[in-house]
Amino acid sequence: MRRVFQRRHLLGIEGMSGAEIVAILDAAESFFDVSRRSVRKVPTLRGKTVINLFFEASTRTRTSFELAGKRLSADVINISPSTSSTTKGEGLLDTVQNLQAMQPDVLVIRHGASGALHHVAPRVRAAVVNAGDGMHEHPTQALLDAFTIRRQKGKVEGLTVTICGDILHSRVARSNVHLLKALGAQVRLAGPRTLLPAAAASLGAEVFHRLEPALEGADVVMMLRIQRERLQGAFLPTSREYSRVFGLNAARLRLARPDAMVMHPGPVNRGVEIDPAVADGEQSVILDQVEAGVAVRMAVLWMLAAEPSEAPPAAG
Amino acid sequence: MAAPVPAQVVPAHTTLPLLIITGVRAVDPAQRLDAVVDVVMEGGSISRIGRGAATQDLLQSEQAMVVRGDGLLLLPAFIDMHAHLREPGQEYKEDIASGLAAAAAGGFAHVCAMPNTRPVNDTRAVTEAMIARARSVGGPALHPIGAITVGQRGQELTEMADLKEAGAVGVSDDGRCVTSSAVMRRALEYASTFDLAVIQHAEDHALTEGAQMHEGAISTRLGLRGWPRVAEDIIVARDVLLAEATGARYHVAHVSSLGAVRILREAKSRGISVTAEVTPHHLTLTDEAVIGYDAVCKVNPPLREQADVDALREALADGTIDVIATDHAPHSSLEKDCEFVEASPGMLGLELVVPVLLGLVRAGNLPLGRVVDALTRAPARVVGLDAPTLAQGARAELCLVDPEHRYRLDPSRLRSKSRNTPLLGRELCGQVCLTMAGGRIVFVDPLIEAQRSAPQAPGGAGS
Repeated sequence: MRRVFQRRHLLGIEGMSGAEIVAILDAAESFFDVSRRSVRKVPTLRGKTVINLFFEASTRTRTSFELAGKRLSADVINISPSTSSTTKGEGLLDTVQNLQAMQPDVLVIRHGASGALHHVAPRVRAAVVNAGDGMHEHPTQALLDAFTIRRQKGKVEGLTVTICGDILHSRVARSNVHLLKALGAQVRLAGPRTLLPAAAASLGAEVFHRLEPALEGADVVMMLRIQRERLQGAFLPTSREYSRVFGLNAARLRLARPDAMVMHPGPVNRGVEIDPAVADGEQSVILDQVEAGVAVRMAVLWMLAAEPSEAPPAAG
Repeated sequence: MAAPVPAQVVPAHTTLPLLIITGVRAVDPAQRLDAVVDVVMEGGSISRIGRGAATQDLLQSEQAMVVRGDGLLLLPAFIDMHAHLREPGQEYKEDIASGLAAAAAGGFAHVCAMPNTRPVNDTRAVTEAMIARARSVGGPALHPIGAITVGQRGQELTEMADLKEAGAVGVSDDGRCVTSSAVMRRALEYASTFDLAVIQHAEDHALTEGAQMHEGAISTRLGLRGWPRVAEDIIVARDVLLAEATGARYHVAHVSSLGAVRILREAKSRGISVTAEVTPHHLTLTDEAVIGYDAVCKVNPPLREQADVDALREALADGTIDVIATDHAPHSSLEKDCEFVEASPGMLGLELVVPVLLGLVRAGNLPLGRVVDALTRAPARVVGLDAPTLAQGARAELCLVDPEHRYRLDPSRLRSKSRNTPLLGRELCGQVCLTMAGGRIVFVDPLIEAQRSAPQAPGGAGS
């Protein structure tokens, strides 16, 4: 399966083939059980170094990458430069080249600027993994979402997936649209026009300005976080109105298929984009997504950094 | 073209007593000229032009320097009414000497320098200093554009009478839009008192906060904040109304959107005193160039879509857009080799006008005569200069172009201090061989000239 994925870096989902994506998901299946054993460690990345370089605050993603590296026996370092020191002083490229000089195998980078990783990746020998770049992509989030969907539904192809919220500013939405389309799902994007990109339909998704029709017959409902600053930029009048018109509650969820999965990449704004009863309800897989994140990131690190002789552990 | 360079045949920065170009296709819309002619220049002026103008007597004169023009184009030298030469203040990107050298290599005899220097050119002192510096350098003439408002802050008007007396040929806050309708109205009224065109950078900044590229399908994919067309259109529409109300001369810098074209066409049809310019890059590139996040393709206004490119070409062809201006905007690797959002907007232009525009001519998008007009007479009218022309008796301001010369754009070819052009490494066709400004040779391409010229030394007899 590694032969299918021949990339040096994981910068985004756009441009990846369905076969490449499936190869990562299959590998993640093999790693999934490692985290449920009593000894949660395999020797796959012994002697390898992974640096997590997070220019934006993150708890979930950074922890997930850190655990993924550690459970593969890699040496993992976390660095969180404050953004202000890098904009005024040392640039991203300098930081990355200095880290490169210490010979890491993988650089996991989150950065606030779209395309920042595309700028540095060609200049380093280490594999670069995009842990979120600006409003562009967050590929491992889309992979763990697909992993979660596939585990529950058995497939992704042919499913209808509704993504609702701040599509305009969301790297999660972009990566998910590319991935779900590559695997043959139908994607719907829903939100007020202020939070939809100028050319949302050009991504290849169906666009809705109301949540209800977007939910009809959906197999998967993915709600995105609404950030407070959207209220300042005149994107939204109030969180109350957003919640009233675009929030997912039990009544609206009934418009989707009875077995629809409710997903959220986190962090959840309870009571804004999603009703607590739904977030914690039977259809919610929000915590399954978090668990899947470790396995998917183990698979990605394995694909990019393991010696060719290192196979993933047998699944099961 | 890597052959060793023989001794330069035509020394630069000289006035030759007798320079003859034989059998050259000369194109000058001002003279309705497009014919193969000989051109004889004596003492820096065109003394004879026409078929057979180079008589045997002249060719055999002791002082004659003869250039064979077969296969070449002779054009009036160009005027760039929109360049950023970065001096004073940012000489690590460009300075007046390197900027004028780049202009000479591009076929320009006149360059208008935008005022967003450090300090801003909002006073007589800065204007005079720039002109003095340019005179000491030699080469093409430099004509400063003064700021509209003090510090380009959009509030108080500059001393425009003083600026004009010092040599400024127009006013602009380029890089910043004059957002306030009241200030713009007063600027138009005041500038017209002194017959200065007001050159607007049309951008409603409230609509472009954080904008990185054209708002559309590509910005959606790349996750870069969009610069919508309407931010340009709103300002052009408002300014056209102000120009109508004040009767002042209004000029739109670097038009990029099809909406602005439509507004300009309507304004011109109603006789409003409005002119506009377009850059070579907006005529040839689209937002697809930004895929891959190459900051070299970040410009302001941004590269737009094919529909805009088509509208701009059509508008240039039919005269809705008057002028081609480069918006030459040199930046060092500090401003370009970084994250896209951190990069400064702008790309080089001065040295690339001929290959880029000849490409459009060759593809049938624009007639050569219209391109030449847009680089000579049209900007001359806006900024009040005498347009270079190939008329008999005129001061020699011309450029000789090899339209078929193919080469790869090597960074070492560029006279500019900066390298920010997406054309680096690309195959180009069309090269300026010789530029004359103010009656003097200001540029000669040694390689081409060595190939082309008869084997003779300056002052030697013609064969």
